[in-house]
Amino acid sequence: MNRYPLWKNLLIGIVLLWGLIYTLPNFYGEVPAVQVSSGKATLKLDATATMARVEESLKAAGIAHDGLFADLTSVRARFRDTDTQLKAKDAIEKTFNPDAADPSYVVALNLLSASPQWLTSIHALPMYLGLDLRGGVHFLLQVDMKGAVTKRLDATAGDLRTLLRDKNVRHAGIGREGAAVVIKFRDTETQARARSVISAANNDLQLVEGQDGADYKLTASLTPLAQKTIQEFAIRQNISTLHNRINELGVAEPVIQQQGLDRIVVQLPGVQDVAKAKDILGRTATLEIRLVDDTPGGLEAALQGNVPPGTELYTERGGNPLLVKKQVVLTGERLTDAQPGFDGQTHEAAVHLTLDSAGARIFKDITRENINKRMAILLIEKGKGEVVTAPVIRAEIGGGRVQISGRMTSEEATDTALLLRAGSLAAPMEIIEERTIGPSLGAENISKGFHSTLWGFVAIAIFMCAYYMLFGLVSVLALASNLLLLVALLSLLQATLTLPGIAAIALTLGMAIDANVLINERIREELRNGSTPQAAIHAGYDRAFDTILDSNVTTLIAGIALLVFGSGPVRGFAVVHCLGILTSMFSAILVSRGLVNMIYGKKRKLEKLAIGQVWKPGI
Amino acid sequence: MEFFKIRKDIPFMKHALVFNVISLITFLLAVFFLATKGLHFSVEFTGGTLMEVSYAEPPALEKLRDALGKEGYQDAQVQNFGSSRDVLIRLPNRSGDETAKVSEKVMASLAAIDGPKAELRRVEFVGPQVGKELASDGAMALLLVIGGIVLYLAMRFEWRFAVSAIIANLHDVIIILGFFALFQWEFSLPVLAATLAVLGYSVNESVVVFDRVRETFKKKRGLTTPQVLDHAITSTISRTIITHGSTQMMVLSMLLFGGETLYYFSLALTIGICFGIYSSVLVASPLVMWLGVSREQFMQVKKEKQEAVV
Repeated sequence: MNRYPLWKNLLIGIVLLWGLIYTLPNFYGEVPAVQVSSGKATLKLDATATMARVEESLKAAGIAHDGLFADLTSVRARFRDTDTQLKAKDAIEKTFNPDAADPSYVVALNLLSASPQWLTSIHALPMYLGLDLRGGVHFLLQVDMKGAVTKRLDATAGDLRTLLRDKNVRHAGIGREGAAVVIKFRDTETQARARSVISAANNDLQLVEGQDGADYKLTASLTPLAQKTIQEFAIRQNISTLHNRINELGVAEPVIQQQGLDRIVVQLPGVQDVAKAKDILGRTATLEIRLVDDTPGGLEAALQGNVPPGTELYTERGGNPLLVKKQVVLTGERLTDAQPGFDGQTHEAAVHLTLDSAGARIFKDITRENINKRMAILLIEKGKGEVVTAPVIRAEIGGGRVQISGRMTSEEATDTALLLRAGSLAAPMEIIEERTIGPSLGAENISKGFHSTLWGFVAIAIFMCAYYMLFGLVSVLALASNLLLLVALLSLLQATLTLPGIAAIALTLGMAIDANVLINERIREELRNGSTPQAAIHAGYDRAFDTILDSNVTTLIAGIALLVFGSGPVRGFAVVHCLGILTSMFSAILVSRGLVNMIYGKKRKLEKLAIGQVWKPGI
Repeated sequence: MEFFKIRKDIPFMKHALVFNVISLITFLLAVFFLATKGLHFSVEFTGGTLMEVSYAEPPALEKLRDALGKEGYQDAQVQNFGSSRDVLIRLPNRSGDETAKVSEKVMASLAAIDGPKAELRRVEFVGPQVGKELASDGAMALLLVIGGIVLYLAMRFEWRFAVSAIIANLHDVIIILGFFALFQWEFSLPVLAATLAVLGYSVNESVVVFDRVRETFKKKRGLTTPQVLDHAITSTISRTIITHGSTQMMVLSMLLFGGETLYYFSLALTIGICFGIYSSVLVASPLVMWLGVSREQFMQVKKEKQEAVV
């Protein structure tokens, strides 16, 4: 009666074999590698061509590699040691990025699993280590959604102005007031006409009529749907901007993810230069192109604290004051590319900008209408604007190709281009959480976590074997298989393993032994009550099952609550904890029973079980 | 080996009142410490900047404090951590300060001190908005755990069991928190995780006992309720001690080898495990008794059928 049908034994065997295979990659360790990936959104990586180029450049430099690998976004080369890796990185860097000021590829140092090819091909990868185990930087960025909406409204005010002028509707002023654009009119007739014109052209706006003294006004606010779209767009644009900026850092496996509605998580494994990372990320700059107001007397009045309406006072980078119109001609969204370079004629350092088609059209109109006037490129950082440059418009510029030159060093040109090229952010962002872990601390954390688990396991194993003898050994084997399955599952899911995660592995093992203790105690009890050994095994497993189920479900409820509401370290703990409870059910009940069946199942006349001393009262 | 050679059921329920008074006192003490001393929340909850730097030789902490004071961080806490060569610096969030830059400024001012150079090991910066969310998320998680467990136990057993299990185990949670308040140990996110894990774990303990209670009620007639409870506890006591002992071995291993990060985590677990045994055996069971559990509650199904016939 204590025999499993063949399919059950097979199932256990297959599951354990699967666990073994997927756990294997964790034992091979890692080897140094160099990773090449695209550094620009416009550049698609061609895997085979890139592989050939990497091969060639390594051959030219006389460096031997231990294998080339390609996936959709990158090509990786493995090397024997870190010295070779560094040399190879320089060689590859030289081939792929001849112009160091303008890298098209990201060439980064990385670590690759040393597991054999056949394991990698079945997606058996080592566990994905969290930042606290491998070192690196973690940022949580908050996107200022109000800022995104305000910005959109400013642009809307400009659009409406153009629209009304085109349609010959005379208004008495347009401006943004709080979360709405207010348009004033002299009479109701124009107000009505404007209303129909606007609602025909723009369906993102809700229009409300009103009266303000002698003026009639129309208050245009964004519909909830439009606001939602803007916010979604803002976070997407910010994420892609961050991607571009981080590519400049040359990080092998950056993680950039949306978290919640308005937050972005950035994780940069292996990055040690936090200051530089923050500098690049923290450039919460938005870019705006506006016209300079050169009306005579305007600047003087503004300097005396009397800023003319519709304009704002800014300081140019050199320190000169500048009066800039409030109306935004173009924002960074219209910019598709920016490169540092040199002016074809004067050989001065210059920045070359490329605009998208809508941007190009607007730019053409503006430049045609404003020849010999000045245009200001503003960098708005945390609500404060700075005029990066204010060039004079020499001629009408069509086709969307713009060059800014003059009074710039080539370093400044590179800097400006980097800021422009990285794309400006749709909404300002702020770092609200930062975690930096040095590489030595990461390695220490791994060894601490590993040793805690190891010694805890050893202690339990010794005790169980001493107390329950053969059944203790079976319990320990079941516990080991639990560990095996848990690690395999974590490797398969590529769930991030953190130090709290390792703690959860240890704790789960400590708690999982409960099921086996329950079973063993039950078997002893049955024996004490006079059952035959075979019946005792059967009843022990049977009766303990209910209890094991109940107790695991309650523990699982706690685990799931942590998973749902936990963030950061708690989440890492909860994932492992929940998975561990599931694997422990399997191993404690099926695997240990399977083993016991194999040992005792076939013996018809079983006199005694090796389960330690079965003490009976009265003997 | 057999540690537990128990001839007769131990009359736990005779002393139920004593146990309940003891746990009431510990509970009230814990609440008292929580109220008067409060928890020493980690940076994750309060917001602020925490930095861990390490030196080749032990630095003079006074010097570090002076240097930070000059930078305008008079409210910086500088203390040794682990060894005399590792230093922990805590800075509260200040409004208007460019918070994300704090760690760089601090490193710069540390670098300006002559003597051994500081190596940055770890930075944790948490903005003010994050901390509040964590606290509310923690509370939500706790509520979900309580609700889920009560519901499950009420379904599988009976509401009396559910209520007494959750009361007994919340009492564990409060006692863990009380310890953290009394000794002003740092209450961090991993500790919160440990606390909630303990809640699940010790309910599990109560479940094992309750399971036996149910079984005994069904199987053995003629026993009074206290006798049934005594029998259930006595027959599971060996399992209780061995399981907890095993789990504690693992936790002890973390306490010894896990380093600073896992220290308070495993400490919370240790307290939780010790009080978990006590509360699920000696608090939950008397509570079930006070709430008036009886054999009939497990025979209800049959009874209803009979009534239907009549």
